[in-house]
Amino acid sequence: MIKLRSVSKTFGTTVVLHETNLDVPTGDTTVLIGPSGCGKSTILKLIMGLLVPTAGSIEIDGEQVTQANILHLRRRIGYVIQEGGLFAHLTARQNILLMAKHLKEPVEPMETRLLELCELTHFPEDGLRRYPVELSGGQRQRVSLMRALMLKPSVLLLDEPFGALDPMVRARLQDELKEIFKRLQQTIVMVTHDMAEAAFFADGMVLLNEGRIVQSGTLDDLRTTPASEFVRDFLHAQRGLAEI
Amino acid sequence: MKSLAILFAIFAFCSVGQSKQIIVGSKRFTESYVLGEIARIALQKAGFTVVHKQGMGGTIILWQALRGADIQVYPEYTGTIAEEILKTKQPLNTDGMRALLRQDGVGMTGDLGFNNTYALVMRRDRADKLGMRKISDLRNHPDLNIGLSLEFLDRRDGWAPLSTRYGLQMQNVRGMDHALAYAALAVGSIDLTDAYSTDAKIEENNFVVLDDDLHFFPQYQAVFLYRLDMDNHAVAALENLTGTIDEARMRHLNSEAERTKDYTYAAGLYFGQKYVSRSNNLVEKIGRLTLRHLELVGASLFLGIIAGIPLGIRASRPGPVSNFILSTTSVIQTIPSLALLALLVPLPFFGISSVTAIFALFLYSLLPIVRNTAAGLQEIPTAVRESAAALGLEPQAQLWKVFLPLASRTILAGVKTSAIIDVGTATLAALIGVGGLGEPIISGLNLNDTGTILQGAIPAALLALLVQFFFDGLDRVFVPKGLRLKQ
Repeated sequence: MIKLRSVSKTFGTTVVLHETNLDVPTGDTTVLIGPSGCGKSTILKLIMGLLVPTAGSIEIDGEQVTQANILHLRRRIGYVIQEGGLFAHLTARQNILLMAKHLKEPVEPMETRLLELCELTHFPEDGLRRYPVELSGGQRQRVSLMRALMLKPSVLLLDEPFGALDPMVRARLQDELKEIFKRLQQTIVMVTHDMAEAAFFADGMVLLNEGRIVQSGTLDDLRTTPASEFVRDFLHAQRGLAEI
Repeated sequence: MKSLAILFAIFAFCSVGQSKQIIVGSKRFTESYVLGEIARIALQKAGFTVVHKQGMGGTIILWQALRGADIQVYPEYTGTIAEEILKTKQPLNTDGMRALLRQDGVGMTGDLGFNNTYALVMRRDRADKLGMRKISDLRNHPDLNIGLSLEFLDRRDGWAPLSTRYGLQMQNVRGMDHALAYAALAVGSIDLTDAYSTDAKIEENNFVVLDDDLHFFPQYQAVFLYRLDMDNHAVAALENLTGTIDEARMRHLNSEAERTKDYTYAAGLYFGQKYVSRSNNLVEKIGRLTLRHLELVGASLFLGIIAGIPLGIRASRPGPVSNFILSTTSVIQTIPSLALLALLVPLPFFGISSVTAIFALFLYSLLPIVRNTAAGLQEIPTAVRESAAALGLEPQAQLWKVFLPLASRTILAGVKTSAIIDVGTATLAALIGVGGLGEPIISGLNLNDTGTILQGAIPAALLALLVQFFFDGLDRVFVPKGLRLKQ
C-alpha cells in the first residue's frame, strides 16, 4: 500500500502538484494518466524520493518516506523509465546485477535469478553480454525491467515504459508485460498518456490534469460518469479505432 | 604510482644536495656560462664537489637564489651590483660595495681583470686607414656611417650623453637591430656600431674597440659574488682567479664557447687544459633533457589529476562554489608563465627549484582537467542520474560506479589536453634553471643559434606528439568499451 497524504510539490513559484491524496492498493496495477505536464511523473518521483515533497507525507507499506530510510526503500522498489535509463558503460548483465553486486548478494542465487528474469522477459541469454548501444529499443526496455525486478521489489513503478518504442514492438511488449504483471502479483504504478494502454493494464485509473487528480476509477466509471468537461474531452481525444 | 615516485625523488633531490656540495649559478648569456664553468673547475680543483646550474635567469633571479642559498656562487658585474642590486644613488667604490653586500650575507671577490661594458667598435682595416684608436678621434670624422643598437640609442648611459661628453657632431646616425648592425659592419655598410667590450663577435670579425679615453662608460668589472657562509678554502680558490682574465682573453673564451657550443671546453682553455663536457654527446644530452622534461610533466600532471578531478566533481554541481572553482582556474590560465614563475620564486618554500616549476605547471594543468571533469559529469542525462539514484545506490557509489565511468572519456580528454600543454609549458622551467628541453631552446635564443634551439624544440614537439599517441592508447584502457562502441 502506497499512501500520499496532502502531498504537494512546487518549484519556485510553479506548482507542479497541488495538495494530493492518493492510495495505491497492494497487488493492484494503478495507472496514472493525463496530458503531459499534469504531474503524473512527479508523483512517481516523489514516491522514489527523487523529489522531496514541498508539503505532506508519503507512506510505503506503513513506512513513512524520509531522507534516512530512502536508500533502503528504493531497494524495495523497481523503477523503469521511458528510454530504460541503462548505463552505457555496462553490459546488459552488469546493468542488471549492478545493485545486487554492490550489496554483495551471494553469487549463486543471483545467477539463478538472472536466468529466471531472462525467461520471464523473453530476453535471449546471449544478449546479456551486449552493451546498451548494441541492443534494440525493446531489448533495452526488457533489460531495464530485469534490472528493476532483480532484487524482488514489492513495488514496481513504470514511467511511460513504452514511450520510445515503435507500435509493433510496443504491442508485443505490452502483451508480455501484462503476463508478467499477472505472474508477479505486485503493487504496480504505471504512468502513461495513452488511454488504451491504461485501460489494458489498469485495475484502477487516476486521471490528472494541471497538477490535480481529476477523477479516479475504472474506464467505465470515467466513461459513464465523467467528473468534468475535461474528463469527457480527454476520453474523446483518445478515441479508439472502433469509434472512427 | 610512477609519477609519485618521481615526485618524491625530485623533492628528495632538492632538499638533500645543498649542504655538502657547492652550487654555482650563471646567467643566461655566453660569458656568464663560461665564468660559471671556470668557477666550477677552480672549486673542483680545490677539492670541492661542485654543480653548475647553467643559465638560471637574469640578475634578480640569480641574486635571490644566492640569498636563498639555492646557489653559493655566481659571476656578476660591478656596474650591475651598483645599479640593479644595491640601487645606490651615489657612486660606490669596491669597499663600499663589499660593506653593503655583507649586510645580505654576501661576499665579493676581487675583479677578474676585465671590464665588460659598452664599447664602440669598427672594422680593423677601416680604423687603421682613418688612424682611429679612441672615441675622441671621432671628432675628426663627423661623416662616418654609424649604426647603433636601438637600446644603446635610448639608454641613459648611451649615445646622446656620450656625444655630449665627447663633443661629437656625427651626421649619419641610425638605429638598427644589434645582430644586423654586426653584419652590416662586417660587410662595410656602416663604419661603427656599439658592442659589449668582451663580445665574442669582436674577435670573430676582427673588429677593434675604440678606447673610451674620457672614461664615459660605467665600470662593469667582472667579479664572483658568493655566500659568506661558504667554506674559506672555496673563497680562496675563487680569489685566486682575480686579475687573471683580461678583455682579449675573455673575448677569446667567449668566441670559443660560441664556436663550439661547449662552455666546459671554453672554460678548460682558461686552465690550459681540455675538459670533456658531459654534454658532449648530443644523443645523451637530449636523452637526459627529455627525461628531465618528462619528470617535470609527469609530476605536475599527477598533481593536476589528483587535485583537478575532485575539484571538477565539486564544480559539476551548480552553485557559487563551482563558479569560484571554475573562474579561479580560468584566471590562473591567463597568467603568463613568466609572470607566474616570477611571482612564485620570491615565496618561501619555492625559490629557484623544481618545486616551483612543478607547482607552476600543476596550476596550468588544472583548468582542462577541472573543466572537462565538470562538463563530463554535467552532460550525463537526468534520466540516467535518476536511474542510478532509483536503484538505491549511495551518492558515493553513484559517482564511482556510474557517473565517473560515464564521464571517463571527457575527463581523459581533459587530462590529455593538460599533458600536451604541460609538455609545451615545461620548456619555460629552464628559465629558472630547472632543466628540461627548454634549456637548449633558451640558450639557443641567447646565442642566436638556431641549431641549439632545435635541439630542444624538435624533441619537445615530438614529445607532444608522443603524449598524444600515448593518451589515445589510454582511451582503450580507461574508457569502458560500451562507450567506445558505435550504434
